[in-house]
Amino acid sequence: MKKILSVLLCMCMSASILVGCGGSKEAAADADVIKIGVFEPLTGANAAGGELEVEGMKLANKLYPEVLGKKVELVIADNKSDKAEATTAAARLIEKDKVSAILGSWGSSLSIAAGDLVKNNKVPAIGASCTNPMVTQGNDYYFRVCFLDPFQGTVMANYAFKQGYKKAAIIQEVSNDYAVGLAKFFTDAFVKLTGDESSIVEVGNYNTNDQDFSGILTNIKEKNPDVIFAPGNFTESALIIKQARSLGITAPFIGGDTWETSEFIQVGGKEVEGAVLSTFFDDTAPANDEAKKFVEEYKKEYPNRESVAAVSALGYDAYILTLKAIETAGSADPQKIRDAIAATKDFQGVTGKITINEQGDADKNTAVIKTVKDGKFTYLDTVVIE
Amino acid sequence: MGLQTFMQHLANGISLGSLYALIAIGYTMVYGILRLINFAHGDIFMMAAYLAFFGMTIFSMPWYVAFIMVIVVTVILGILIEKAAYRPLRDAPTSSVLISAIGVSFLLENLATFLFSGKPRAFPTFETMTYSLDMQGVSVQVLTIIVPIVTLIILFILLFVINRTKLGMAMRAVSKDYEIAKVMGIKINNIIAYTFAIGSALAAIGAFLWGMKYPQVSPLMGVMPGLKCFIAAVIGGIGNIKGAVLGGFILGLAEVLLVAFFGQLTGYRDAIAFILLIIILLVRPTGLLGEKTAEKV
Repeated sequence: MKKILSVLLCMCMSASILVGCGGSKEAAADADVIKIGVFEPLTGANAAGGELEVEGMKLANKLYPEVLGKKVELVIADNKSDKAEATTAAARLIEKDKVSAILGSWGSSLSIAAGDLVKNNKVPAIGASCTNPMVTQGNDYYFRVCFLDPFQGTVMANYAFKQGYKKAAIIQEVSNDYAVGLAKFFTDAFVKLTGDESSIVEVGNYNTNDQDFSGILTNIKEKNPDVIFAPGNFTESALIIKQARSLGITAPFIGGDTWETSEFIQVGGKEVEGAVLSTFFDDTAPANDEAKKFVEEYKKEYPNRESVAAVSALGYDAYILTLKAIETAGSADPQKIRDAIAATKDFQGVTGKITINEQGDADKNTAVIKTVKDGKFTYLDTVVIE
Repeated sequence: MGLQTFMQHLANGISLGSLYALIAIGYTMVYGILRLINFAHGDIFMMAAYLAFFGMTIFSMPWYVAFIMVIVVTVILGILIEKAAYRPLRDAPTSSVLISAIGVSFLLENLATFLFSGKPRAFPTFETMTYSLDMQGVSVQVLTIIVPIVTLIILFILLFVINRTKLGMAMRAVSKDYEIAKVMGIKINNIIAYTFAIGSALAAIGAFLWGMKYPQVSPLMGVMPGLKCFIAAVIGGIGNIKGAVLGGFILGLAEVLLVAFFGQLTGYRDAIAFILLIIILLVRPTGLLGEKTAEKV
């Protein structure tokens, strides 16, 4: 028995060596392919969001499969919604797959985790929906096509103020840079708008993957706020809203772009009706021709999706912006692509005009407000902040 | 803090604690017999939640049919795991079995990710369970009342089985001295299989109730509850069933009351559970109810 095992083991090992050889030969052979890494969470808590972004990127790749006469190949790496796994995934893309540029990730924390790697290896990365300022701060190689947390937090504070809410409670995912950022900027803007230092009546913290929120919700119930701002993952947020309703809390819930996934509605059910969120894109009012084309093609490609998620649109934008940069640079050299991305001005993406500023962020001033109505995300308002 | 709010916190804590207690019993029983911390227990719990999810959504079973199906299949799964991963290591050092348990845990997690995808899904709930009763300003879900009752009933049934039946006597014998029990003609493997069956059944019941209360299933949903319930079992005195229930209640209440009184520390509630574990181990290594001379089943 042992002999058979050891023979098998030997065979496995030698086979793996052979496989390894084959791989490297192949890599040397396809120099006429330009590789773009996709760095997204495809498993774990953020999987649904990551999947939506990848859909946008894949669609863009299908519509624009070539640049500089070479085929563009998407290399997908799963960062497993985990900061530690994220660095491994990014390192794999850079070192093993030798990609020219990286797209993603959904979830600012994951992008931040990969930040040093892209900086030190001088490979440009374009985030689609990672909205935390720290993603691009002090990093000349990280860019993004979406707006930032300060903006999003401010938009929701303005919305809450316009609705006449005077007292707000905040529930934030403390282990998530995105949620903490949004909460902070919401607080700043809301206090300023209401002119009342104590307008935030309660702040509750929770961790990713928590399932019981009854404690923080009971505290909030006692303070009786007009509105509850709860930026965070769609999974936990849906549970929070459900548990809040069962505790008899009737205050409306508002949140950020991360809620816009079908899982949020599936898990939340009728309890999430009326939840309000800010997002990047609305498929019922495409801004330009590229957007119209995108919406049409997306619906053909993914007929099961009820609507086009904003993050899919951003994933699409990240891809076409990279492609444009490669074209401008005239080369697949990461450094040249990086410079071309940094110089992007008035690029027509499906989520509107994109100009990359010196920070590496997209200058945007428009946000779309959506609400959940009859189990669907429905357009509510467009907010422009000067 | 008003009385109403305090009562609300108390209700929340008891309901969370009794869920912990249910799962902690599974840990403690296996430990009592095998001296093995079955790290796969949390993942058996996760598998049970998925079974319930698929039973009620894809096969659209009524909940009571799904409930029985989940218990039966989870018991089979538990016994299979014992047969495949623990039985061959019966005479190996304890650490080998422990490593095998960790291996099974990872296997189940990754298998679930592979089979069911990493995306969280909505667990089907129904109105009769999730309906909220308003008791003078304290909102209590029907489920919140049912869970502690179920836990206590199970506790009494188990105590009866262990102290009053032949099977229980055999279990106690195996837990006291494995070799002698064997010599006395007790079929060790059967007794251990029974223990795993009971533990898995409790994990299944726990998963069903957990799913109703926190209506979401995902491949890693068993990790944190698994660790917490292990802590609960240790706090109560691992190997002691009453201790596991007590530990579960203490942990659940401690978590919720921490949030109640030190709101700004809520981000650390998981850390608190582990700190509690360390303190208990330092002060009372055998746990609250665990005594060296006490019968360990």
